[in-house]
Amino acid sequence: MLKTEQMVLNMGPQHPSTHGVLRLELELEGEIIVNVKPHLGYLHRCFEKHCEAMTYPQIIPYVDRLDYLASMNNEMGYAIAVERLLDIKVPERVEYIRVIMAELQRIASHMVAVGTYGIDIGAFTPFLYLFRDRERILTLFEKTCGARLLYNYIWVGGLSHDLPINFVNETRDFLNDFKKTVIEVNNLLSYNKIFIERTANVGVLNVESAINYGITGPNLRASGLKWDIRRNDPYSIYDRFDFEIPVGEGLHGQVGDCWDRYYLRVQEMIQSIRIVEQALDQLPEGEITSALPKRIKPVEGQLYSRVENPKGELGYFIVSKGQLQPFRVKVRPPSFINLSVLGELCKGHLIADVIAILGSIDIVLGEVDR
Amino acid sequence: MIYDFFANLFGSDVIASFISGALPVVFIALFTLFAVWLERKVSAHMQDRLGPMRVGWHGWLQTFADILKLIQKEDITASDTDKKLFNIAPVLTFMGSYAAFAAIPFSSAYVGSGIDLGILYIVAVSGLVVAGILMAGWASNNKYSLYGAVRSAAQVISYEIPTVIVILTVVVVIGSLNLTKITEFQTSRFWDWMIFGGSIAGIKKLILLPFMVIGFVILYISSLAETNRTPFDIPEAESELVGGYHTEYSGIKFTMFFLSEYANMFAVSAVASALFFGGYHSPFGYFGNLIGLSWLVPIEQFFWFTIKGAFFVFVQMWLRWTLPRLRVDQLMTLCWKYLIPIAFVNFLIVALIMVL
Repeated sequence: MLKTEQMVLNMGPQHPSTHGVLRLELELEGEIIVNVKPHLGYLHRCFEKHCEAMTYPQIIPYVDRLDYLASMNNEMGYAIAVERLLDIKVPERVEYIRVIMAELQRIASHMVAVGTYGIDIGAFTPFLYLFRDRERILTLFEKTCGARLLYNYIWVGGLSHDLPINFVNETRDFLNDFKKTVIEVNNLLSYNKIFIERTANVGVLNVESAINYGITGPNLRASGLKWDIRRNDPYSIYDRFDFEIPVGEGLHGQVGDCWDRYYLRVQEMIQSIRIVEQALDQLPEGEITSALPKRIKPVEGQLYSRVENPKGELGYFIVSKGQLQPFRVKVRPPSFINLSVLGELCKGHLIADVIAILGSIDIVLGEVDR
Repeated sequence: MIYDFFANLFGSDVIASFISGALPVVFIALFTLFAVWLERKVSAHMQDRLGPMRVGWHGWLQTFADILKLIQKEDITASDTDKKLFNIAPVLTFMGSYAAFAAIPFSSAYVGSGIDLGILYIVAVSGLVVAGILMAGWASNNKYSLYGAVRSAAQVISYEIPTVIVILTVVVVIGSLNLTKITEFQTSRFWDWMIFGGSIAGIKKLILLPFMVIGFVILYISSLAETNRTPFDIPEAESELVGGYHTEYSGIKFTMFFLSEYANMFAVSAVASALFFGGYHSPFGYFGNLIGLSWLVPIEQFFWFTIKGAFFVFVQMWLRWTLPRLRVDQLMTLCWKYLIPIAFVNFLIVALIMVL
């Protein structure tokens, strides 16, 4: 008896394109996807449980390891949350340095997203061009705080170190050079006919389902909604800068397809360059720590504080019982929530499109599993 | 002829056949060593890196080191594989690429076998590679390998059609399937090469020229697909199928696939240059004829042949490190909707021109 069956293909946890230890269980009809089930938990580190046993400042190094490509942003979000809980203000210089670091980190994170997306589609060269420039950002960070990936730099109420000598000039040099790289990458990848063929009209996410799934960050904006926490719920000093919020326009296909999601990150890098340039111009002199009690002990209460991470809305829900340790720290991880839409986007596409869609969602497994 | 030379030297046809048959293997091995190093250097310099620098001057011995490493590796055969097919597959694949070299004229003094159906034989024997790849994919008992193998079979067979049509276009002009004759038709002056309309006198040559260029472009695109190179490296698409059909292979068997890929790259480049770029001919006469040393001519021809082949291999590398990869359905669309109709119309027009 001849009959056809659906085939189950396990993609990952060891697979070049799952961007970490993610396992996708694909149900296939030939090469066509019938269903996708993501299996998580290979990188679970009990972050939230650990937080309950540590004091507030001790948590910062752990926060670094959530989205390890955007550690500065994670730290900034956490520091802002605790500062709101303590109801303290930080010095002006600290705010500016934080914004500079966060935006440089955003550029670095989007570089990885754009570069690895090129690899997913089969173009290897843009990845190395971007990593060459990412190296310079990491060098800047290394000069500032001694670490290249997990910084422990932004502390509650301040920073661990002031900026190194000549940081402003070096950053400006980098930004000027990087503008050229963006053009290069656009010519090599973004406007490449094959690349557009592969990504346009693939994995279209409309605004309604994006909102229903709780998608945030570049993925939501690519679907056409102008929602950026830096603008819609300003924190730190983001209301002082002049920058645009790019949205997906469907230049080569429908709004919210993979190409839009990819290209939005390229545009965001350009906006981040603008923010850093303005912040460098306005950078004031001053203290880098605010007067804090030796033991950080917020009063009883709870709060949800959110920031715009490169991947989306990173939220911290902190419950304090008036002790040295938080009673509960709950993280709203953008990668995890963005990943939830994968199954819907992939249905009916081919195996090669799963890679394209997964890459365009831009997840980091450190944050998905925590 | 090399064969006669060895036959006279050893006084035995068997030894002479054996030696002249083994020559392409030596060539393939040496060329692969060079091409792998070149690929690394080309990719590195395109990507702002240096590439291998440690083993020898600018890392030129790196490939030797890698081959040594691969040979030392444990030859793993997973428990659920079909052992016989699993072991035959790499040999068959390499055999297919190697056998193609039999009909390729390296110079006027050496062609493995000067059969009259040379070009047809090359196309046919290249099909063996598909059988080997399918075997490897099936015998590995691995879903990724199977996908890679099936994709590869579909791709190579589809792209053989435009290749054959373009070959026919050239054959219609020249009137022979023998690669040596095809090469001899294009003399040692570059404006007599097929890409410029061949050594045909008069206005016909000018009319043929644009169609020959179209033919060459189609042939080159198809040859990229037949060797599974980017933008058509779908069978071994690393980011999708891990390693494609050779996922389960290691050690010396993997080396065979590797060798076969590079041999194939050179084979298609050689065919392209033989059909359109004068094969082993020098673009501007021979130094040997100039100074009256006629034995120098075949050596010069071999040099030009290698240079042309290496140049097209370089272009393949260039494309690989520049372009992204097509999706499997787009690949088929390109072949069936664009290349085959264009090649066929091109063929008809050329045939018409030749009849008139």
